[in-house]
Amino acid sequence: MTFDEIRAVLKKKTVGIAGCGGLGSNCAVALARAGVGTLVIADFDVIVESNLNRQYFFHDQIGMLKVFALKINLERINPDIKVHAFDLRLCPSDIVEIFSHCDVIVEAFDKAEMKQMIIEAVSNHLPDKSLVIGVGMGGWGDNNSIHTRRAAKLVICGDEMNEVSDTNPPIAPRVGVVANMQANAVLELLLGENPDQKIITGSL
Amino acid sequence: MTNLKLLQMKIILNNTEETIDRDQLTVNELLKVKNFSFKMLVVKINGQLVKKSDYDQAMIGDGDDVMVLHLISGG
Repeated sequence: MTFDEIRAVLKKKTVGIAGCGGLGSNCAVALARAGVGTLVIADFDVIVESNLNRQYFFHDQIGMLKVFALKINLERINPDIKVHAFDLRLCPSDIVEIFSHCDVIVEAFDKAEMKQMIIEAVSNHLPDKSLVIGVGMGGWGDNNSIHTRRAAKLVICGDEMNEVSDTNPPIAPRVGVVANMQANAVLELLLGENPDQKIITGSL
Repeated sequence: MTNLKLLQMKIILNNTEETIDRDQLTVNELLKVKNFSFKMLVVKINGQLVKKSDYDQAMIGDGDDVMVLHLISGG
């Protein structure tokens, strides 16, 4: 497929992103650049200075709600994109309501309990929907531990080991790798496998 | 006479084939056998989510495809 053909397919697609922090903001930017037509984003949080080591926001946006700042940044990259921004602390019923029309959902929360909650909500109430989650991205280095695996409609990206903590903080490179792996997995779900691409190991 | 038949099953656990010396076991028994002591878990058997309250009842048998996902914070 040429990029024009790819963009024509992606323009008709809608992707939901739950959380607009390190994973969500970077994943959204990758999908906007690739040409996904509509993004549904949700977050309740406000940008603070410590977010800027990894999240796709700018110093002059400190204090803004993440969803609204991200919408502005996405529209600066691609003025044609439609961004539906929800200032919400997502609960299971919100997830079902705001993401039910999405082709794929991306989990981009920080807390493990929230990751568990969205997996259960989507499995129980939107069982036909693919969900791409990010698990394990603290620290730096060890590129090759970051991987993708799939269990039915669930796609898992990350190292599945390095929980974020004070001494294993999230930093742009590793968080960005996982966020972009999630975006790459979304493209594979939306476009199918690329027949022109050389594959070393099996993909999704 | 004791029954000497060796009870074994093969399952797929997190995309890898595993042989377990039982003919079936519950989710909680599997977590114990594998020393999985994680707090925040999602378990699927053949793609079906198992509720935490069902870990003592939900049975895993020969040929089942089991996913145990350990959720950790960060994002």
